[in-house]
Amino acid sequence: MEILVCIKRVPDSAAKIKVGADSLSIDPSGVEYVISPYDEMALERALQLKDEQGATVTVVCLGVPAAQKEIRQALAMGADKAIHIKDEGGSRGPLEIAQALSDVIRERPYDMVLFGRQSIDADNSAVGVIAAGLLDVPIVTLVTKLDVADGVATVHREAEAGTEVIEVKLPAAFTAQRGLAEPRYASIKGIMMAKKKPIEELPAPEPRGTLKFEGLEPPAARTAGKIVGEGAKAVPELVRLLRQEAKVI
Amino acid sequence: MSFAVCAILETADGKLKKSAAEVMGEGRRVANALGGNLDAMLIGSDTTALAEEAATLGADRVLVADHADLASFTLDGYLKPCLKGIAASTPKVVILAASVTGKDLAPAIAAPTSSGLLTDVTAIEVVDGAVTAKKPVYAGKATATIGGGSADCVVVTIRPNVFEPAAAEAGRTAPIEALEYAGADGIRTIVKEVLAKASEKLDLTEADIIVSGGRGMKGPENWPVLEKLADAVGGVLGASRAVVDAGWREHEEQVGQTGKTVSPKLYIACGISGAIQHLAGMRTSKCIVAINTDAEAPIFKIADYGIVGDLFEVVPVLTEELVKLRS
Ligand SMILES: Cc1cc2nc3c(=O)[nH]c(=O)nc-3n(C[C@H](O)[C@H](O)[C@H](O)COP(=O)(O)OP(=O)(O)OC[C@H]3O[C@@H](n4cnc5c(N)ncnc54)[C@H](O)[C@@H]3O)c2cc1C
Ligand SMILES: Nc1ncnc2c1ncn2[C@@H]1O[C@H](COP(=O)(O)O)[C@@H](O)[C@H]1O
Repeated sequence: MEILVCIKRVPDSAAKIKVGADSLSIDPSGVEYVISPYDEMALERALQLKDEQGATVTVVCLGVPAAQKEIRQALAMGADKAIHIKDEGGSRGPLEIAQALSDVIRERPYDMVLFGRQSIDADNSAVGVIAAGLLDVPIVTLVTKLDVADGVATVHREAEAGTEVIEVKLPAAFTAQRGLAEPRYASIKGIMMAKKKPIEELPAPEPRGTLKFEGLEPPAARTAGKIVGEGAKAVPELVRLLRQEAKVI
Repeated sequence: MSFAVCAILETADGKLKKSAAEVMGEGRRVANALGGNLDAMLIGSDTTALAEEAATLGADRVLVADHADLASFTLDGYLKPCLKGIAASTPKVVILAASVTGKDLAPAIAAPTSSGLLTDVTAIEVVDGAVTAKKPVYAGKATATIGGGSADCVVVTIRPNVFEPAAAEAGRTAPIEALEYAGADGIRTIVKEVLAKASEKLDLTEADIIVSGGRGMKGPENWPVLEKLADAVGGVLGASRAVVDAGWREHEEQVGQTGKTVSPKLYIACGISGAIQHLAGMRTSKCIVAINTDAEAPIFKIADYGIVGDLFEVVPVLTEELVKLRS
């Protein structure tokens, strides 16, 4: 089985985000980058399937040259090889990212393409769905369970009305929701082996600027509120404020 | 006048979802700014009454794909009639809720229609016919302003609970047009069954009031304390990741970066420290109340009102006061 996992390099979820001097991008100083958490869950499930029934796991990343660090991390966790679509910069919306990824994926054999449910920087929840459309394969989003037998995947999808149990013939695409798998830590041996694993480097297409990034600003500041008081005796005043000042009850 | 905006409305259990009124309200505003009409699109089964309701919410025309095979959502099943409707509408803006369904449909619509895509936005602006939106990025730690670009059409999903809903105007009518739908073919994902949710409560992202518990709750056996408060204010229960990881509560209740993003009118955080990943999911709430024993807890930095104290003393008294108010 051939499994492709699309991983994105993003600031760590605990990172403080400061807007850069250009008011368009973030100030990268002091920011730690990681594999986007949902992508890591997707990767973990791919590696589990490899352990359970044998598979080749390839990670695909469109990212700046420094994203090699996150790619090596994925290889250290156990991915077999990687494709790095090297992005020298420029902003890309989800359509352009999906286009670049699917153009590369289309050329290779695959049974499954896995994505995260959303990247934790752009927060679009879009790239997987668009890429699947461009590849003309079915996609199931928000997957919390993924099993494969005889070329058919059986998955759980976290829908609004409940958990949908879905069957789909491969090849197909999936986006990982929390619960799918808890990412493993890379072992020392894994880190050593990763150094020898192949990373295929491809140039990224020129950004087309389909969306125009016009600015980045800190979120609307929440005026630090007031401590109404201590303990249960502060409750009447809280209720009064909620009714008369905030008017929410 | 041509159609400037096509609003795609969601249904659940035979009713329009709350987000439908928000999509219509913002759809009308954008259509006016663009100087065009507003289409509403409905996909489902048994939608006649809902189409009439969409007209009362301000639609100038209602496009309907109605078929027994469309009773529940699949991307393959819904995408086809959606694209038909958009071809009939030729709008400048397609607007949907940034819900589970909207997040599947919007990107799937954008690519084949060569449209721009703006997701989970909290404000839309139209200047000289060009659409620009504000969108939280980095889990709400920054806000980006993004223009729809050069495409003829932009697909926009709006964050639930943020936009002004359209008020229903009784007796208002609009032409209702059926979109041809021949029935399920080419649905590649087969839904075998739907496992019931742990609770039948309203979806967190649509709730007006959320009562959320964290590790300060000490254990799952103490949740009745919060349930009583939620009942008293007509709220829905939320949770921090710490208590979901501990197995005290279900993941569907988790608020935060790896849970749900919510914007209720009132968010009451009980025994939640306010980690950056938790704040990511609730900082756009209109009013935040925190109850925590630790006066230094970061949650107080973003809370509108805080009480420093033991939640097991404070919450029951708060519940009592609110019950008194109701009666
Ligand atoms: C990649 C990543 C993603 C994450 N995603 C999320 C997410 O989506 N959502 C999320 O919530 N977290 C998330 N986290 C976890 C987050 O960092 C915190 O660990 C978590 O939010 C802490 O939960 P808590 O506030 O319940 O617990 P704690 O931080 O342990 O806080 C408990 C609080 O309860 C107070 N307390 C104790 N006893 C009482 C009492 N009797 N009365 C009143 N107050 C009391 C304490 O003072 C303390 O402030 C994520 C972390 C990572 C690394
Ligand atoms: N630059 C990228 N390189 C590889 N995969 C990506 C990239 N951007 C997004 N993805 C994938 O698409 C998913 C959804 O991203 P997004 O639409 O940005 O929320 C992510 O979780 C990744 O799996």
